[in-house]
Amino acid sequence: MTALGDVKRQRIDELAARAGQLPAGEGGLSLTRSAFRRLRRDPVAITGAVIVLVFLFVAAFAPLLAPRDPVSQYLLSEIRPGLIPGAREGFPLGVDNLGRDLLSRLIYGARQSLLIGVVSTVLGLVVGMTLGVLAGAFGGWVDTVVMRFVDIILSIPGLLMAITISVLLGQNQYALMIAIAVVQVPVFARLLRGSMLAQRGSDYAVAAQALGVKKRRIVFGHVLPNSLSPVIVQATLSLATAIIEAAALSYLGLGDPDIARPEWGAMLANAQDFLSIRPALAVWPAMCIIVVALGFTLLGERLREALDPKFRR
Amino acid sequence: MVQTGSAAAGGLATPVLEVEDLAVTFARRGEQPTRAVDGVSFSVAPGETIGLVGESGCGKSVTSLAVMGLLPRRGVQVTGSVRLDGQELIGAPDRVLRSLRGADMGMVFQDPLSSLNPTVPIGTQVAEVLLEHREMTKAEARDEATRLLDRVGIPDPARRLKEYPHQLSGGMRQRALIAMSLACSPRLLIADEPTTALDVTIQAQILELLRELVVDSGTALVMITHDLGVVAGLCDRVHVMYAGKVIETADRHDLFARPRQPYTGGLLASVPRLDSGRGTPLTPIRGSAADAIPWAEGCAFAPRCDNAQDDCLTEVSGSTVPLEPDGPGRELRCRHPLEHPSAPAGASAFGTDAPGAAR
Amino acid sequence: MLRFIVRRLFQLIPILLGLSVLLFAWLRALPGGPAQAALGERATPEAIAQYNELFGLDEPLYVQYFRFLGRAVTLDFGNSTQYGRPVTEVFLERFPGTIELTVLAMIFAIGVGIPLGYLAARRHGSFLDSASVVGSLLGVAIPVFFLAYLLRLLFAVELGWLPGSGRQDVRIDATRITNFYVLDGLMTREWDAAWDAFLHLILPAIALGTIPLAIIVRITRASVLDVVNEDYVRTANAKGLATATVRRRHVVRNALLPVSTTIGLQTGLLLSGAVLTETVFAFGGVGLTLRDAITYRDFAVLQGFILMLAVVYVLVNLLVDISYGLLDPRVRVR
Repeated sequence: MTALGDVKRQRIDELAARAGQLPAGEGGLSLTRSAFRRLRRDPVAITGAVIVLVFLFVAAFAPLLAPRDPVSQYLLSEIRPGLIPGAREGFPLGVDNLGRDLLSRLIYGARQSLLIGVVSTVLGLVVGMTLGVLAGAFGGWVDTVVMRFVDIILSIPGLLMAITISVLLGQNQYALMIAIAVVQVPVFARLLRGSMLAQRGSDYAVAAQALGVKKRRIVFGHVLPNSLSPVIVQATLSLATAIIEAAALSYLGLGDPDIARPEWGAMLANAQDFLSIRPALAVWPAMCIIVVALGFTLLGERLREALDPKFRR
Repeated sequence: MVQTGSAAAGGLATPVLEVEDLAVTFARRGEQPTRAVDGVSFSVAPGETIGLVGESGCGKSVTSLAVMGLLPRRGVQVTGSVRLDGQELIGAPDRVLRSLRGADMGMVFQDPLSSLNPTVPIGTQVAEVLLEHREMTKAEARDEATRLLDRVGIPDPARRLKEYPHQLSGGMRQRALIAMSLACSPRLLIADEPTTALDVTIQAQILELLRELVVDSGTALVMITHDLGVVAGLCDRVHVMYAGKVIETADRHDLFARPRQPYTGGLLASVPRLDSGRGTPLTPIRGSAADAIPWAEGCAFAPRCDNAQDDCLTEVSGSTVPLEPDGPGRELRCRHPLEHPSAPAGASAFGTDAPGAAR
Repeated sequence: MLRFIVRRLFQLIPILLGLSVLLFAWLRALPGGPAQAALGERATPEAIAQYNELFGLDEPLYVQYFRFLGRAVTLDFGNSTQYGRPVTEVFLERFPGTIELTVLAMIFAIGVGIPLGYLAARRHGSFLDSASVVGSLLGVAIPVFFLAYLLRLLFAVELGWLPGSGRQDVRIDATRITNFYVLDGLMTREWDAAWDAFLHLILPAIALGTIPLAIIVRITRASVLDVVNEDYVRTANAKGLATATVRRRHVVRNALLPVSTTIGLQTGLLLSGAVLTETVFAFGGVGLTLRDAITYRDFAVLQGFILMLAVVYVLVNLLVDISYGLLDPRVRVR
């Protein structure tokens, strides 16, 4: 019954598409895909990602990038109390109080610091998620027991908890990683449990239940995947805290004592004594920690905004 | 007394509110400016109720916020003229607008729970309007607030004053909001979908309350709704909006009996009716409001319209389908309106001709 | 309201019990066990055996645990190997300093953070806004002890404006009543002692308050931005209320709700940070004592201090929850 000509019809469709502001394909995109699409256009997220990638690259190829061996001592004849040689030919950032090349130590330090951050976060994530899934999937008394346990861990302030674990396990890099991981566990457990409970009560989960879908399928097929995005965001942010926390433990004398593995936190802690003589010794590792932490934080925050429907327009 | 729409339109009474050529443009940085309201004009006389009707996103709420001066300053451009008792509001300083809002013009919002401050007792929220606009002591304001709550039908008002919004039922909250907006007996009340968030039985009570307190006391009422039932029950004149423009204006009876814009016809035909027989299918409007095309290209409704012809789209950009007089007291923006050859004047709104004509 | 408080107090019991089990097990799992913890690292095997017998460490674990619990309830955590005095005595002597420090840090964080976050939100998109966002990101990324060192180096060592170590000038012979040095000075009318103790607090408090400050700025800003878009703020404007009334009663009041919940969590950050800050400034509070306990393997102090600090932390969070109930009527009436 329409009297519109074909040409007009085409034009209407074209105009309608423009007016509706629906970029082609957007409607059918999955949540994560569209989140990544947004992130790709977000300068702040890109800055964060670039920082993280650069440091990951440095960490991965440390032996190729570092000009010298990070433990060999140089220029020892020039080091005396109150004097540590600064930058010069062959030592772009100078040497530390034991004559080791600062730049090379920073580069190798990236390796160790990121390793500690990643391993402890992954460890905390895995344990925390297991607890969270247990609590969120089973509910009832399992939930009560798990959550009480998590509350107990939470009742000791973070660094004190890490100190407790560290003292117990002795001084080595694995103790350090575990100590930091334990602090992360409750965060992930509560987060996952909370978002799973919210998802379980949501209309789609109830609908699936009404359709007779098995409980296990609902939990692992729908509820869990949909609860993951806050966990991913938190993991990104946790990487930043883990690296800072490692530095704090090193400062308290609970770090990794192996001198063959330079680490930013230990370098920074060590350099405090020479702050008035050669501030660069403290400033460089501190800058590395700050910049990496910032990179993870920026990425995490923007990821949160991209994944959270609340921020979407 | 309730005036008839055509009398008000004829200019017998001085209008409380005159809106002329109102346009609202949202311009976010780095984005195409969008025109949410485009050349809207209407007026309301004392005791008159007009309806602004349309789907969500048609610009009816933005119109009301523009009248109240409640749109954010940044990124929003408002042009045209809004006069309250002859006083121009567009471009008026914030101080002047604040002194008018709550005192001479009030507003009731759609969701009573989110529209009430959760951390402040109801009584304080009612009394603060009085304290702001009237010379009253705190004790007087409290007594007056009690009277107001009583007037809007809240039982045991003295106790309710101390309660928080979450302790009240949905209908109660809306009554409390109405009490606040009427606290200073404004000349104009704008109600933005006041019943949408409520149960059906409560809806009727709230509408009845509005009729009693507002219409019968001579306050001008602008009713913003997508619910034709509300229009049928309360409004004298109706302005149907689509994509930011008024596309049809008529008295309630005329509109229901003889909708001229195919969109209006479609709206009426989308409402299920008891008298249309069990076999009769509903006739929904195709597509959604997102399918609108820019008015500059012709008629925004054309893509969804069954009556659309080639000339509903203009070749010359910028020349739109105009809003033109269409018989006594009616205006219409359409090149191919619905025809009602045999419709007797004042026919029942629920006759069978409207949906038939839409097809 | 009273029922709410009582219920919350009862909820603490399992947590505190669990905590005691955890720390009991912790001491037992340490290399050398409690005997070494009590006698120090250089204890002879004979001394250890004697100690074990004396304190019934050869008895079943649950008996030992209940004895530990019984002593813990009376705040008896044994003697510090480092100081040769009861752990609780050391704690009570040092804790006031940490309280002074954390309270001042929190005053700094809240006093600067809330107005700054509010202003940033009010001028959304302005330079101040961007600066506070960047600043709050940096504040979280910077290691506390490094910041403390920088502050000390700049304001104490280089410029000499403020004292950079200790709690009070050693030359001041102040009377001690409560071990809150500032308070003691005020109570005994030794104004110079109070003032000097206060000066000693400033730099550590700023260092310690930076992370909470950064968090408070961010949350206040986000919260205000959320609240100004709430329907009830529109209602308040539609009622024609004065701008000041809208802000005070409708924006700020609601925007502070999420801020107040985080303040409880900040206490944990402060207690953690105190260990680092006090070490940098040689400030004699529980933090410095803990750090020394780590260095000298003074396990009795570690165990007792951590348990007592955890209790403090839990109680502070309880207080925050209660005050949240006062602020938000929706919580109160459950």
